[in-house]
Amino acid sequence: MDRPDLAPNTRETRVEKLPSVDVVIIGFGWTGSIMAQQMLEAGLNVVAIERGGWRDTPTDFAPTMAPDELRYYWRHEMFQETARETLTFRNNISQTALPMRKWGSFLPGSGVGGAGVHWNGQTFRFLPSDFVAKTHNEERYGPLPTGMTVQDYGVTYDELEPHFDTFEKLCGISGKAGNINGEIVEGGNPFEGWRSSEYPNPPMEMTFTQHRFEEAARGMGLNPFPGPSANMSRAYTNQHGISLAPCTYCGFCEKFGCGNYSKASPQTTIIPVVMRNPNFTLRTNSEVLHINKHPDGTRATGVTYIDADGRTFEQPAEIVIVAAYQLQSTRLMLLSGIGQPYDPRSGEGVVGKNYTYQVMSSINVFYDEEYTNNFVGAGALGMIVDDYNGDNFDHSGLGFIGGAYIGAWTTNARPIESHPVPEGVPEWGSEWKRSVRQNFLKTASISVHGASMAYRQNYLDLDPTYTDHWGRPLMRMTYDFTVNDRRLTNHITPIAEEIARGMGGREVKVNSREGAYDSVPYQTTHNTGGTIMGQNPSESVVNRYLQSWDCHNVFVMGAGAFPQNAGYNPTDTVAALAYFSADAIRNQYLQNPGPMVQA
Amino acid sequence: MRTSKIILAASAGLAAALTIAPASAQNLSFSQVERGRYLATVGNCAGCHTDEVNDGERFAGGREMETPFGSIYTPNITFDNETGLGLWTRDDFYRAMNEGIARDGSHLYPAFPYPYFTLMPRQEIDAIYDYLSSIEPVYSETPEPQFPFPLNIRQAVMGWNLLYFEPQEFVPDPEQSDEWNRGRYLVDGPAHCGACHTDKNFAGADIEDEYLRGGVLEDWLAPNIRGGENGGIAHWSEDDIVAFLEGGRNDHTGVMPRMGEVVVLSTQYMETADLEAIAIYLKTLDDEARDPVEQPSEAIMTAGGGIYFDNCAACHASDGTGVPEIFAPLAGSNKVNAEDPITMLRVILEGTLAVPTNDNPGPIGMPAFDWKLTDQQIADLATFLRASWGNSAPAVSEGEVADLRERLEE
Amino acid sequence: MGGRTDLTRRAFLRHTLLAGTVLAGFPTLALAREYRGGHQWPWESGRADVPHYGLETDTFLTIGERQFVDAATARLIPSDDDGPGAREADVVTFIDRQLAGFYGRGQRWYMKGPFPEDVLDTQGYQSEYPPADLYRVSIAAIDEWCAQNRDGRSFADLEEAEQDEILTMIEEEELTVTGVPLATFFSLLHDNAIEGFFADPIYGGNRDMVGWAYVGFPGARYDYRDYIAHNGQAIVMPPVSLMGRPGWTAER
Repeated sequence: MDRPDLAPNTRETRVEKLPSVDVVIIGFGWTGSIMAQQMLEAGLNVVAIERGGWRDTPTDFAPTMAPDELRYYWRHEMFQETARETLTFRNNISQTALPMRKWGSFLPGSGVGGAGVHWNGQTFRFLPSDFVAKTHNEERYGPLPTGMTVQDYGVTYDELEPHFDTFEKLCGISGKAGNINGEIVEGGNPFEGWRSSEYPNPPMEMTFTQHRFEEAARGMGLNPFPGPSANMSRAYTNQHGISLAPCTYCGFCEKFGCGNYSKASPQTTIIPVVMRNPNFTLRTNSEVLHINKHPDGTRATGVTYIDADGRTFEQPAEIVIVAAYQLQSTRLMLLSGIGQPYDPRSGEGVVGKNYTYQVMSSINVFYDEEYTNNFVGAGALGMIVDDYNGDNFDHSGLGFIGGAYIGAWTTNARPIESHPVPEGVPEWGSEWKRSVRQNFLKTASISVHGASMAYRQNYLDLDPTYTDHWGRPLMRMTYDFTVNDRRLTNHITPIAEEIARGMGGREVKVNSREGAYDSVPYQTTHNTGGTIMGQNPSESVVNRYLQSWDCHNVFVMGAGAFPQNAGYNPTDTVAALAYFSADAIRNQYLQNPGPMVQA
Repeated sequence: MRTSKIILAASAGLAAALTIAPASAQNLSFSQVERGRYLATVGNCAGCHTDEVNDGERFAGGREMETPFGSIYTPNITFDNETGLGLWTRDDFYRAMNEGIARDGSHLYPAFPYPYFTLMPRQEIDAIYDYLSSIEPVYSETPEPQFPFPLNIRQAVMGWNLLYFEPQEFVPDPEQSDEWNRGRYLVDGPAHCGACHTDKNFAGADIEDEYLRGGVLEDWLAPNIRGGENGGIAHWSEDDIVAFLEGGRNDHTGVMPRMGEVVVLSTQYMETADLEAIAIYLKTLDDEARDPVEQPSEAIMTAGGGIYFDNCAACHASDGTGVPEIFAPLAGSNKVNAEDPITMLRVILEGTLAVPTNDNPGPIGMPAFDWKLTDQQIADLATFLRASWGNSAPAVSEGEVADLRERLEE
Repeated sequence: MGGRTDLTRRAFLRHTLLAGTVLAGFPTLALAREYRGGHQWPWESGRADVPHYGLETDTFLTIGERQFVDAATARLIPSDDDGPGAREADVVTFIDRQLAGFYGRGQRWYMKGPFPEDVLDTQGYQSEYPPADLYRVSIAAIDEWCAQNRDGRSFADLEEAEQDEILTMIEEEELTVTGVPLATFFSLLHDNAIEGFFADPIYGGNRDMVGWAYVGFPGARYDYRDYIAHNGQAIVMPPVSLMGRPGWTAER
């Protein structure tokens, strides 16, 4: 489609043209701040444009105000306001998509630091086989089923390893390596890809729930290991000289900012060094409306953005880095007319293709005597088993590919959110109330974090009816769980249940993932695809360096690049891809601007 | 706030160079300029003589300084002929540094720390002169002080000088090591530490007995920095002192914005040997043991301890040990143990920031509690802190907190 | 001369350093602005993004509506032998105050039309009414229904068992009123009742932290390092609100 004209709601239609810069970055979260640091280090001048406001630990989410469940989670103070921009949703193409009027299933961030402020900090690398999912699975199990559009990333684990390492050292990840340069190490994840070094910090101190889980999993012959965590197990200083403090297990991690510098976030790891550089400028409360294309269509000339006063500016730049959240990055590419929009009927086109999510289920364990005291928790405090993730097990005859990790995280006991009751208890009234009291401090939760494979019918495009605050089309999500998802979760959830039953509780409750994908209950903010990477322009939006096939000076960061989703939290892989892209820009693109992969 | 009129005058630069060339050409060597630059850094000339608020040029002055009598503005010390030091000779400059008298014979306000610079030998002051003369001159007029008629401060300063000031040279103590003497020279001379860390008499002159025992003025405490027995930083090692001055952090504290300016602009650029000399000197300054204070009531200790655990332990730890280099331990803190609690109260009320430095680029902030804790709660918290973990300082009253809160809100 | 004593280096220093902090001055509202690299870290003493929890005078509900909310939430979270319920927690005040603010107006939500009739269960809140309006029309519709079907009594006047029955009918979409999405209202009321029972007391509900004390949640705390190794044992500590707890006040 054509690029829409300037927003009709703006007070001024005049566009002020600003002096050109080397690099403009759209969004100032994890990838935006990493790319800013990398581009500044290469000697370039950088402008970052962030639609939310400035946020910092002592002033915006200090311990004096951070533990406020109503404000930050239920009233969405950490998140983008749907009033400004949301998306429409339907399960399949025959239905009419309707706007997500308030957030539910996922929670896109807003503001400096992005969702990196309110993440849990569960920091896994994808498996080597995840990056070559098509090739690997076809070699082992034969051709992919009809309609499954799984692809290879175009970049390998080996190529990304140094960049995983950089990010983990940036964040001071607490964990235990299971594979150092090919040597399997006791206590870590024996299935993980090789690591060039041990984690920068030791694992977090585990609590009762993790001990019980570990015992039960070992009893089943599984291989439990400590969850890799961006919550600090001890004080740490990263490669930029930025210090993080020990985690205090406060139980207000995901959906909240960390008040005491103990969770890695852009603010606590990298923004301080970016802000010290005189070649850097940050503009907040400014929203990029579209990327501007040169008339010849081979490159972008910069971006147009609107600030909180409704003033519109054109920011010319030599390089445009799209570093918004996956949903916004896809929409921005569609609004800017860069790359051909995906059409699910023909299977042609690429922008919006291969939207994937994750299939989550969980088991509650209820105890009679023992207290789990879940308020003593942290975002990434957990023991994990990876025996049923990726292709760590034989899928022959199972009818699905991919897998899930099974984890016993103890993240919180925030009572509005977390007050599970056993099977059969009503949802209100005296019986419900008593059951909440009896179980509140005596519940463990086991989660199954399942991969999601791309299918032809799940995709993103622009909505024909609903518009955002500026009058431009919202993005439309067409998504439902697939046969692969259902088989995957039906196979692995019972294994998690078996572990749960071995944890010594009175009873368990299985929260299966059944029925159509529902946009209401929170599941996970791991939306992926839409601006996928790949080996050729007919099936991907960007090449292995996250460089647009269409406009060679446009680079699109984020989980939008994932051709399909793995059974892990995405941040480590998102960051490694950003560092890999930055490396290519610095060492190849700047010397010879143009496509780095020939189509 | 005033917008200073600053013009980069290329022709003025040329004129200045011509004016000073005959006098200083032979000394304007690279090494001489570097020597002067270093001394100007030790003295933190740029701190006061740059109007950072208005993006002023370095050394071009114009920084507004409010006084109870009105605002004054720091002068331009670039070598612009019209508005700066362009016409000053080395003798003029030496007299200003040594005696506090300007080229036109007028007396400089003792906000300009010539009572400390007077210890500096002529050759060092010449080096600063040479360094300043090497900098691009900036045309920048210094606004007149905004004092109400008929206040004539400059004459008053003459009288002040008669009473409290005498030009003097630094005299080394032959009993002490070279490092000790170097440290003492830096502390008392160019670095002028006592300007803040020594309490003043009614006329604003240093009280000899209070030397570096800390001073309170305008609702801030510059803490006791004596490092010997019973001193405010008796528990700091020499390495701790060096680390603090070099990088703004050590195991005991992080530098807050006021001292932070000194670290950011001055001490982080000083040679480690000089910082070590300062540390050696400070560590020899003993202090008098303080009288034990009365233990607060159990009710106050319980309430204060509760407030502490619920609000402060997430950073400072439940036993007050903090996190070295990140969150200041409160056990032993010279601000917590200070006779006057004003800085600790102020930090509780309005928060503070461990200022980023080259070595420690991460800013670490403490939040404000003024919106959350009552005066009585802050008083009880402070009293608890001053009587816990070996700390010993007098209790704090609700009224003290209320008064400070009111002043800060003004 | 004595009168000039404040003219010391330190007097100036105080002002200059304060001025230094103004450098990075913040607007209290996060408006669009530019932060240039190489300057001081943006921070200002005294700045805190404190919670805004409304005023006691912020009310939306009429007396009759309050009675409805009080009665209905008291059925959702009853006061009984086992412990306090919505009434002790003053959930109705919490809800009233929420409805009077941005939440009631649906201000942060996407509230543009069209609002079609056919809605999938998976598509979430699709009412054209923001929360406050939904309360108003729903309460009116339920009370009207009660008046017609329960001898002219309003919902609040019914016996508890009758109230339970009606709430169940609404929840299960057995009681419907054209043009009023009662099931959506029930779901919202249910959510808001739990919020009012468990949110920080600063918002008007969970009075005296009764909800937290009832289940054993220690509240707005931020450091449990001393308790990580609890090994399944109970941890006993008093709950604390963002604005404190009784123990913060010493008896004098």
